[in-house]
Amino acid sequence: MAAPLTLLLIVAVTIRAVLFRSSWAELISERVEVVSPLNAWKRVVEGLALLDLGVSPYSGDVFHETPFMIYLFHFVVDYAEIVFMIADGITAVALYLSIQTYNKNVFRKQKYALESDRYPADCLELLRSPKEMFYIPLKVAMFYLLNPFTILSCVAKSTCGLNNAIIALFILCTLKGSALLSGILLALATYQSIYPLTLFAPALLFFLQRLYIPVNLRRSSFWFFTLQYAFIYVGSLVVITGLSFFLLGSWDFIPSVYGFIFSVPDLTPNIGLFWYFFAEMFEHFRLFFICVFQINVFFYTIPLSIKLKEHPVFLIFMQIAIISIFKSYPTVGDVALYMAFLPAWSHLYRFLRNIFLVSCVLLACSALFPVLWHLWIYAGSANSNFYYAITLLFNFGQILLVSDYFYAYLRREHHLTHGLYLKKKDGTEATLVLK
Amino acid sequence: MGLLSDPSRRKVLTGLLTRLNTPICGMPVEWLVKAMQSRGLEVFTQSFSRKLPFPDENKERYMVRGTNVYGILRAPRAPRTEALVITAPCSPGNTNNQAVALLLALAQYFRNQIYWAKDIIFLVNEHDLIGTQAWLEGYHHTNITGMEYSPLQGRAGSIQAALSLELSSDVITSLDLVLEGLNGQLPNLDLANLFYAFCQKLGVLCTIQGKLQRNDWDTAEGYTHAAQTMMLMVLKQACGRSWGDHGLFLRYHIEAASVRGINSFRHYKTDATTIGRLLEGMVRKLNNLLERLHQSYFFYLLPSLSRFVSIGYYMPAFGLLAVILLLRALDLWVHLGAPALAAVDGVTEAEQPSSPGVLTVLTPVVISHLTGVALYLLPVHLQEMAVEHFPVSETEAVVLTAIAIYTAGLALPHNTQRLLSGEGTEQGWKVLKLTALLYLAVLLGCTALINFSLGFILAVTLVPITASITPHMPKALYALVMVLLSPAFTILYCVFIYQELIEAPVSVSEGWMLFLSVISQGILDHALYGSLVYPLLALFIYPCWLMFWNILFWN
Repeated sequence: MAAPLTLLLIVAVTIRAVLFRSSWAELISERVEVVSPLNAWKRVVEGLALLDLGVSPYSGDVFHETPFMIYLFHFVVDYAEIVFMIADGITAVALYLSIQTYNKNVFRKQKYALESDRYPADCLELLRSPKEMFYIPLKVAMFYLLNPFTILSCVAKSTCGLNNAIIALFILCTLKGSALLSGILLALATYQSIYPLTLFAPALLFFLQRLYIPVNLRRSSFWFFTLQYAFIYVGSLVVITGLSFFLLGSWDFIPSVYGFIFSVPDLTPNIGLFWYFFAEMFEHFRLFFICVFQINVFFYTIPLSIKLKEHPVFLIFMQIAIISIFKSYPTVGDVALYMAFLPAWSHLYRFLRNIFLVSCVLLACSALFPVLWHLWIYAGSANSNFYYAITLLFNFGQILLVSDYFYAYLRREHHLTHGLYLKKKDGTEATLVLK
Repeated sequence: MGLLSDPSRRKVLTGLLTRLNTPICGMPVEWLVKAMQSRGLEVFTQSFSRKLPFPDENKERYMVRGTNVYGILRAPRAPRTEALVITAPCSPGNTNNQAVALLLALAQYFRNQIYWAKDIIFLVNEHDLIGTQAWLEGYHHTNITGMEYSPLQGRAGSIQAALSLELSSDVITSLDLVLEGLNGQLPNLDLANLFYAFCQKLGVLCTIQGKLQRNDWDTAEGYTHAAQTMMLMVLKQACGRSWGDHGLFLRYHIEAASVRGINSFRHYKTDATTIGRLLEGMVRKLNNLLERLHQSYFFYLLPSLSRFVSIGYYMPAFGLLAVILLLRALDLWVHLGAPALAAVDGVTEAEQPSSPGVLTVLTPVVISHLTGVALYLLPVHLQEMAVEHFPVSETEAVVLTAIAIYTAGLALPHNTQRLLSGEGTEQGWKVLKLTALLYLAVLLGCTALINFSLGFILAVTLVPITASITPHMPKALYALVMVLLSPAFTILYCVFIYQELIEAPVSVSEGWMLFLSVISQGILDHALYGSLVYPLLALFIYPCWLMFWNILFWN
């Protein structure tokens, strides 16, 4: 499968190169849906200029990237376009390899379960075959590279592409089973933006499953491995933060980066939920609502981990989706990362209930974002309510998509244990609902 | 007390008007500068030049050069943060010879008043819209249309409102209010109401779309009259061009309207003094504004000057049309029940990973869009080649190339079917129709939000036929119906209906010439001012229509 992947990479690089050289590149890099104050290229250039002048790049509240980003771009700022295209390529290849490994694992487990007769007789049509699974890694890479959201994010040179690459490499290392690399990459992803912290739980669950350690709070083997992994993770995080301190010589990257992400001072409109609320909030209640909104991102980890503790890869997908919906400054590049996973769940298609509505809503919202922005900012005939309505609708569509896939996944698992045709106690046909 | 109650001022105005009654070639820049300076304004000029994509009938040459002259009346006791603009386009000949005189008379009168809180800019522009565009771009330091202009030496703060005057004779019978701007943008309804209120106060007859008001709303004739007026506004808004110099101001969030004086056969005539008083009243009202006009509607249709239809009333009509497309798409989805329709993620072309014949769906979409790109790019780029080989002028070459490419697109399905290895299946056309219906729904929705009239006219002509088309219908009849309802024919019908409504019906040949000039004007407007109608029709609506044409000829 190397040849189709190479062809796909060439096509993707060509599209991006053509767009980089056209007049649309500047237009795209100013769209608020594609860049946010955290990952805009203009701010990176500003920070580099400040660094060259000898001033701390975090003075002036313009620059909110981590010190590693500054130093990376300090060396490669002339080749920035190539760097972003390579980052997209790395993400696509990492996702390709991870889904390939995942599929092999899934098939192997299915084989063992079949041999030990664990599936009821009538749900054999739900089982997955190698023929069906053969093209899925290529489709995942294609869904990431040829997604218009990814292309827009790359052409705008938003550092979201680099964050996605780190998360994709983390997923690859987790699925390949290397706890050390996975911990280091997760620490790097957390260092970039805090929200990948929630991916600690699914990674831990995956390793426990892989090493056949049961998830039981009373067992010492569970705590032993958890502490090991947590030590790798926290240790790498401390080392990386310390290195940043030594690179820049001061701690002011912490309030500028992490304080900025948590306290949301910049209320530029974007596709997230924070800006409109906090634009009208009184100062008195601001802290309370910041806490509520931020807890919203982290809170779903606990119930989802309990429900999906046997399915850590699906949990990773759900977590990435929840991060990109509820984070403080989302952009379409974050949305593109979890959408790349959708072909991996194409076997769930028959259980999805809302896919038409979700597709129409997401398509219409993507088309309406620039129209309502134009009507608000340039024509002056609309106001922020119209734009926020579309933002709400877009997030509603995303939440519906994620919950629909969750329902379909759980339903398939239920059918695999209880048979395809469910009957109530009195023998009539039953339907499965997600409560 | 009012304008020109002083006999000496009346004499000055009459002198100016007599002087300007003589035809002038080009613009009398030095005379205007001296006239404005003698009235105590700060005068500046701006020269601009623009290369037209092709010489149209009016200009007959590629390069248009001109000069704008503007004078700023500084507010005596206010900080210079806001401004108002009164503009009179200066065209050669008799088309607008009185407006400049009125402008100068107003300038002289305003200079002696102390109540001005905003600076007033008196702009005399050359070449109508091109001059206005050059001035606005210079004022706001933008360059969105590729014009070359000298930078403005004098500036006056952010412009709150603008008025454009067009007067061709010194006595008028009625004043026509023109509201439609570029891309169908309208000024705030408050501005129209303000103007109408002043006209009623001073007893000046005010019309809209050139039609008088009627008082008998309950009768059938009254209703038809109002419907005709509204239809005229819809047609004018749909064509996306700016129907007065004010239209270009709207893009910069400046409320503007054009006032056109009409001299027809009526007993009661109004003289320039009354018009001056009316304008003075308008400008004083605008001077007293504390904030930009935003309280009233920006989206409305006017069946008359005292009644309006707001967006809350007319949008549901469009919404119901769009719902037809969505319901049809839902129906197709249910029928398809295909297991491999992946989630559409912001892509206008759905990607089908494993349904049969991915290429049979992707190919018509790509080829339709390539034809659309050809329709957009080729007419202007190939005009030299066309002029060499055929005995036509450049304008005719551009328009006829556009029509030729449009007609050539009709032959596509017969050719692409031969290229594809697999024959079209039942599944294939349904998937293509689903994609095309969703695409058309999103396209019409976005168009209706920006320019409602254009979206509505396209919806009315396209929705019925596209929702009901299948390959299993009698091909000849439905092909004829589809061609008759295609975007080009819609433009033709609109031309004929417009001529009927302004009570100047044309014969078929004249209508055809008008149709050709409408197409050339559309292409020119897009190149000169950034009007979106031509790229929308060429790059999006026409490929969408071609996809449905493909469905009709699926096997």
